[in-house]
Amino acid sequence: MNLADHLPVLPVVLPLVIGILLISLRNAPPALQRGASVSATLALLPLALALVQATGDGTHLVYKLGNWEAPYGIVLVADRLAAWMLMTTALLALFALLYALNGTDTQGRHFHVLFHLQLFGLNGAFLTGDLFNLFVFFEILLLASYGLLLHGGGRLRVKAGLHYVVINLVGSTLFLFAVGTLYGVTGTLNMADLGVKLAATPPENLALVQSAALLLFGVFALKAALLPLHLWLPAAYAHTSAPVAALFAIMTKVGAYSILRVYSLIAGETSGPLAGLLDAWLVPAALATLAFGMAGALASTSLRQQAAYLMVASIGTLLVAFGLGSTEALAAGLYYLPHTTFATAALFLLADSIAHGRGERADRFESGPAMPRARLVGGLFFVVAIAVAGMPPLSGFLGKVMLLQAAIDSPWMVWVWATVLATGLAGVIALTRSGSLLFYRTHSAHGALLTPPSNAALAPTFALLALIAGLVAAAGPLSGYAAAIAAQIKAPQHYMDAVLGGTR
Amino acid sequence: MEALIALVIGVLTAGGVFLALRDHTFPVVLGLTLLSYAVNLFLFVMGRLAIGVPPVITETASGYTDPLPQALVLTAIVISFGMTAFVIALALKARAELGNDHVDGLQHEEDRHA
Repeated sequence: MNLADHLPVLPVVLPLVIGILLISLRNAPPALQRGASVSATLALLPLALALVQATGDGTHLVYKLGNWEAPYGIVLVADRLAAWMLMTTALLALFALLYALNGTDTQGRHFHVLFHLQLFGLNGAFLTGDLFNLFVFFEILLLASYGLLLHGGGRLRVKAGLHYVVINLVGSTLFLFAVGTLYGVTGTLNMADLGVKLAATPPENLALVQSAALLLFGVFALKAALLPLHLWLPAAYAHTSAPVAALFAIMTKVGAYSILRVYSLIAGETSGPLAGLLDAWLVPAALATLAFGMAGALASTSLRQQAAYLMVASIGTLLVAFGLGSTEALAAGLYYLPHTTFATAALFLLADSIAHGRGERADRFESGPAMPRARLVGGLFFVVAIAVAGMPPLSGFLGKVMLLQAAIDSPWMVWVWATVLATGLAGVIALTRSGSLLFYRTHSAHGALLTPPSNAALAPTFALLALIAGLVAAAGPLSGYAAAIAAQIKAPQHYMDAVLGGTR
Repeated sequence: MEALIALVIGVLTAGGVFLALRDHTFPVVLGLTLLSYAVNLFLFVMGRLAIGVPPVITETASGYTDPLPQALVLTAIVISFGMTAFVIALALKARAELGNDHVDGLQHEEDRHA
C-alpha cells in the first residue's frame, strides 16, 4: 500500500495527531502553537481537494481499518458527498481559525487542541461507513464543542453551555438505544450492510425497525436543530465566541448530512419496507423550522442572536431540499449547503467585529455613537446580509431558485414556495432593520473612545465572502457537481457494492 | 430472565427521564447517569442473553455469545463516564458562576424566603 491508498483516513488522522501534539506544546510560545495549528488546518485543504478529485468520477474509496473485511471490520467511505462536506469544513475551519488568532485563542487554555479535535470529529463523521462509529465521532465532536463553547467562560456562556451539554447527552443516549435496536434486529452496524439487511426485514420485525429508524431520525434532528428540537441552538450559538460560532455553522450540517447519508441507505426508494420512512415528517418539520427561524430573526434583540436564528432558518431550507428527495432537490440543497455555511459564519464573525467596535452597546439593536470605520463595516454587513437573506446576485439566491424549481413537481409545492418566499422577505426585513439600527440611527459620540475593528479581524469575513462570490462565479460547474453528488446518493446500491464487495 | 432485564432497563430509563426533567443540576446529572446505565444494559443484552458461554473462540466451547455488543458497551461506558465527569464539573462551574444550582440560574421562591 502506498500513501495514496491511505487518502481517506488522512483527514481523520491529521487533526487527531495535531491535536495531541498541541497538548504537548501547551507551554510553548503562542506563535509556535498558532503556526502549527494554522498549517495543519491549511493541510486539510489539499487533502480534501485530493479526495474531491479521487471521488469525482463516482468512485467510492473504501478504507478498511486494520484490513478487516466489511461488514465485520470498520470502514471509512469517501464518496462525492463526503468529499464535498470535507472541502466545506476545511475552508470554513481555516477562516474561523484565522479569526480566532485575533485573541479568542488566548482567552482560555487549549483552544487549538479543542479546535483540531473538533475537526477530527467532523471529518470522521463525514467519512465513516459504520453507524456505531458515527456515534463515536459525534461524541468526539460534541465533547470538543463543549470545550469550545465554554472557551473564555462567563455567566451566560456557562448557562447556555449547560443546556447544550445536557440535551446532547440525552441525544447520545437515544442514539445508542436506536443503534442497539438496529443491531439486535439485523446483527450489523455497517451502514451499507444495514441497508441490505433492512430491505429484507420480515414483517414481524418491521415495527421495531421503524421505531429504531425514527428514533435515530430524532437524534439527527436534534443535532441539526430541526423544529421542535431547536431550542438549544439560539442561546448556545449567540453566547459563545465568534470563531466557535462560525465553526459550529458546519455542526448543524452534520445532522443534515447524517439524515441524508443514513436514510439514503436504509430508507431509499429501493429499500423495501422502509422506503419513504421520513416522507411524512421531514418536509413539514423543515418548513416549520424555516418559518420559526425567521420569526426569531425578526424578534431578535442583538445581532448575534439574530445570526443564530438565521442559522436555524438556513437548516430549515436545507432540510426542505433533503426532504423533497428528488435528484434536483438534493442538488439544490447540496449547492446551498456551502453557501449557507459560509454566509452564517461570515455573519457571526462580522457581528463580533461590530460588537467590539460599538463599545459597551456591543451588538444590541439600540442606537449609539457611530462606530469607527462604519462605512467599511457597514458595506461588509450589506454584502453579508444579501448572502444570508439569499438575495441576488449571490449564491443563496441561486440555491433557492434551484430549490423552488425542484419543488414544482412535488405535492409540497404550494407550501414550499409560500414558506421559502415569505421567509426570504422576512429575512430581508430583519436584516434591513438591524443594519439601519446599527449603522444609520447613530448620534455623535460623547467622549466614548471606540476601537475600530482591525484589518486582521475583517479579513476572514472578506475571505468567506470571496468564497461565496466563487460559488456564484463557478455556479455552472458546481451545481453540475452537486447534481452528480445527488445522482450518487440516489443510487445507494453502488455504495453497498463498493463497501461489501464480494461478501454480498 | 428476559422479563427481569427488560423491567430493569425500563425502570432505569423511567427514573432517568424523570430526574433529567428536574429543575436542579444535581438530579439532572443523576438522571443522565441512570439513562446511561439503562442504555449500556440495553446494548449489552442486544447480543442476546446467554449464560456460561465464551465470547471468543476456544477449542472446548460448545456455543458462543456475541462479542460485538460487549465491545460496543465498553466504548459506550467509557464515553458516558467521561461525559458524566464533564457534566459534573460543568454543573459545579455553573453553581459558582450563577450563584445557585437551578438549571436556568433562577432563584427559587422558597430560597429567597429562607
